[in-house]
Amino acid sequence: MNEIPPPDPQEVARIRRSRNNVLGLLLAAFVVLVFFISIAKMS
Amino acid sequence: MTQGASLQIPTDWRDFLALTKPRVMSLVIFTGLCGLIAAPEQIHPVLAFTAILCIAVGAGGAAALNQWWEADIDAGMKRTSARPLPSGRMNRIEARDFGVALSVGSVLLMGLAIGWLAAAILAVSIVYYAVIYTIWLKPRTPQNIVIGGGAGAFPPLIGWVAATGHITLMPVLLFAIIFFWTPPHFWSLALFVKSDYAKVGIPMMPVVAGERSTRRQILAYAVLLLPLSMAPWWIGGTGAVYGLSALALSLVFLALSVRVGLRTSGEGDTMKPEKQLFAWSVIYLFSLFAALVADRLILA
Repeated sequence: MNEIPPPDPQEVARIRRSRNNVLGLLLAAFVVLVFFISIAKMS
Repeated sequence: MTQGASLQIPTDWRDFLALTKPRVMSLVIFTGLCGLIAAPEQIHPVLAFTAILCIAVGAGGAAALNQWWEADIDAGMKRTSARPLPSGRMNRIEARDFGVALSVGSVLLMGLAIGWLAAAILAVSIVYYAVIYTIWLKPRTPQNIVIGGGAGAFPPLIGWVAATGHITLMPVLLFAIIFFWTPPHFWSLALFVKSDYAKVGIPMMPVVAGERSTRRQILAYAVLLLPLSMAPWWIGGTGAVYGLSALALSLVFLALSVRVGLRTSGEGDTMKPEKQLFAWSVIYLFSLFAALVADRLILA
């Protein structure tokens, strides 16, 4: 039987946390962009 | 019997970034920006930024779909085997969904913020690269590089249309310049880089038609590129700054191509002319578009 060692839970948590941070930053940047697009379209 | 781990390692965000081929994206951003700046009408800087962002994200989506489709082929080639999919760091469903999300999102944002003509051309360029080139033509014809070059030619057209809202002869000429530049650029590389495309069944020109035919075609495209690169000046779309720059740059391109076109490589050949042509072809495209922008800024 070929046993796959389970991944280190801390490593999984670290990757997930950094991924969520990046996703949060991207969403925040997108909100700011939409805000400025609205201003540009209205001006 | 292999026992799957209950806890899966999530894909790192850097692998999602790698899926978008950032280096290709930088050329797309540069030529898209040049198309936008060279256009006679200017748009609000925020909208200009958004247009370039959509072009870049659309290119990233197309690249992700390309890697989703070619994961098996990438696994068989040394140059691409370390990519996220062939190395197993990401699964194919994630890559496909990521590519679709970026593609659809960039087209929608372009349509809502900039205009639907630019959005339509962006959608066509994504389908052109991800479906027509990657899925249909690349495995079937040695002309794949010629046709694939079309995908790289869309950004200046999209940038121009984003700024002006309509298509005129000038952006079509910019499209044609990149379209005719792509074959000599890639084939000069293919002549001196022993790639393993043949091993994975991708018909590349030097392998399929032979070195001699490839050299002649490089020369033919370079001859066509000279008058094509001058055309924007001839039709009055640019000033002399661009015109004279294009003449000088294209003459050097042609001279290097004549050398590559008319020679045959021997045993233990260093392939210096081919390397010089490839290096010059990168400088050529950046300089030509930089001259286009400089000419526009001087004219303004």
